[in-house]
Amino acid sequence: MVVDVRGLEKSFGEGANRIHVLKQVNLQAHTGEILMLVGPSGCGKTTLLSAIAGTLRVESGTIEVFKKPLEKMSGGALTKFRAEHIGFIFQQFNLIPTLTITENVSVPLLIQGVSSRTANGRARAMLEKVGLGERWRERPNKLSGGQQQRVAIARALVHEPPLVICDEPTAALDAQNGEIVLDLFRQVARSVDRAVIIVTHDNRIFSYADRIARMDDGEIIDVHEQSADSPHFIHDHSDPKP
Amino acid sequence: MIGLALKMLFGDTAKFLMLVAGLFFATFLIVQQASVFCGLMRWTTSTLKNVGAPIFVVEERVEQINETNPLRDTDVARVRSVAAVRWAMPLYSGLQRARLQDGSFKTIQLIGIDAASLAGAPSRMIEGNLADLRLPNTVVIDELATQRLSSNPDDPAARVKIGDLFEINDKEARVVGICAAMRSFTGGPYVWTTYQRALEYTPASRKMLSAVIAAPIEGMTADESALAIEKATGLRAYVNRDFGDNPKDFNTSTVWWYVKNTGIPISFGTTVIIGFIVGMAIACQTFYAFVLDNLKHLGALKAMGMSNFRLSIMLIIQAMTVGFIGFGLGLLATSAFAAGALRTGEPPFFMPWVIPVGAFVVVQVICMVAALMGIIRLSLYEPAMVFRA
Repeated sequence: MVVDVRGLEKSFGEGANRIHVLKQVNLQAHTGEILMLVGPSGCGKTTLLSAIAGTLRVESGTIEVFKKPLEKMSGGALTKFRAEHIGFIFQQFNLIPTLTITENVSVPLLIQGVSSRTANGRARAMLEKVGLGERWRERPNKLSGGQQQRVAIARALVHEPPLVICDEPTAALDAQNGEIVLDLFRQVARSVDRAVIIVTHDNRIFSYADRIARMDDGEIIDVHEQSADSPHFIHDHSDPKP
Repeated sequence: MIGLALKMLFGDTAKFLMLVAGLFFATFLIVQQASVFCGLMRWTTSTLKNVGAPIFVVEERVEQINETNPLRDTDVARVRSVAAVRWAMPLYSGLQRARLQDGSFKTIQLIGIDAASLAGAPSRMIEGNLADLRLPNTVVIDELATQRLSSNPDDPAARVKIGDLFEINDKEARVVGICAAMRSFTGGPYVWTTYQRALEYTPASRKMLSAVIAAPIEGMTADESALAIEKATGLRAYVNRDFGDNPKDFNTSTVWWYVKNTGIPISFGTTVIIGFIVGMAIACQTFYAFVLDNLKHLGALKAMGMSNFRLSIMLIIQAMTVGFIGFGLGLLATSAFAAGALRTGEPPFFMPWVIPVGAFVVVQVICMVAALMGIIRLSLYEPAMVFRA
């Protein structure tokens, strides 16, 4: 088991303005699977993802990632843990515009203390894998949204993290690019023993999930397993139910 | 990480240039104004530099070289009688009006020195012979006088040369030499003559001896000799040494007198402070805006596992880099200004090493404050924020 969340509670605000965002959340993620967290806006998906990623402290409950209890780690230890174990893919890609895509992809390696030369070499190899090897000198603003997301995927994988966290990875993409990105995610999850957790409310991509956890009002209301052997990207947003 | 920090900095060209410009102006204002102030203060002591005697004995209430409270002629003998004194000579120093050949008047700084010893004479002659001062109605002028006492200062061919005549208070003065000298605070050129002739050139008054210049005997320091003179005569004896922290030094005493009794330091100090404030405001505001613009990316780095410490180092490197570049360009511009000032002789400019070093420290302090603002903002940024679009 990669992630084991039990009895998670999280609130924001004080007094009358206090909002209970996560209520006794239990969730597990396994090696080699794509787990999607879905639900309406404001239901607590991103908060849960942040907690699993170790970027947000919770009030009660336990979060074990690779059997390490995150809630017991110091800030410094948590930062180091994130650098070594987690790959991040953000909704807005968050690529640094003044760096080339190779330099962007090399950032997680630089954070781990890898030399610049080695990091750039590994970054270029990763860009080859996501089909952008020819464009290694380009800056992000020269690429399409889909290509930028592929760069972000390369950045998330370059240091070979066993857990990849994705926040709305297809929200800013058209159908064609969304499909390319989701195929990449499948390869990522299957090629090595790696877990991919995706927060999304994009119903076009639900068929790519091995499991879907539905959230509403801070609770997980349903975890649904499905066969993702022949996924398909739904182009017209119809039939959101998996 | 250094490369990453610098690429992020240089990549935002507009903010980078704004930061450099702010620090450039701060450096230029601070160094240039401080150097002009030091140059001006140095000009106030030019008589001490041009009359190179080790000890100046003056009336007991005199605090600076340009203030004249005349002594009695007998005071020269009183100083000579002090055992600690090797020699003592009379000195006249005062502003007089020179009448030029075209009938116009110019202010001059007239120096009268002992005719026999020529003690207090200019240290470097450019043309002519100093000993010719012993001839009747003769003067030695400085380089500035060749231009200022000319009927047409803009025409190099019309400059005053050896053999030319002018009048000081209706008495003839013939130029027999041209010397190098530091400019005076009042702007009037230096004119040397003998002490007796200086008294003739000057409207008579009861006491006319400006100072007694003296030297200590062998084996005694100027300070010890000055102390002995003060004890024996009741007059005030200053040592002629470069500016420092000893109030018994005439340079130091003179500079402090101008600092305390004129508005000059307030004027220059205000400009220096404005330079600091402008630099601080531009650098802090622009750097903070730079951090805010990059907050999303810096937050992503934080989420990906970069520690606050390393992010802080990145911001410090960025701030120090613009500090170095802004300071370098500012110093370069000040050097260009200095080259012009040294070529034309004005405005006054003197840059002791403490000015650029001090300005560098000030600029780096500005950069550190700017970096600190960014670091505080970044440390308050939760990495989870990066997930909120």
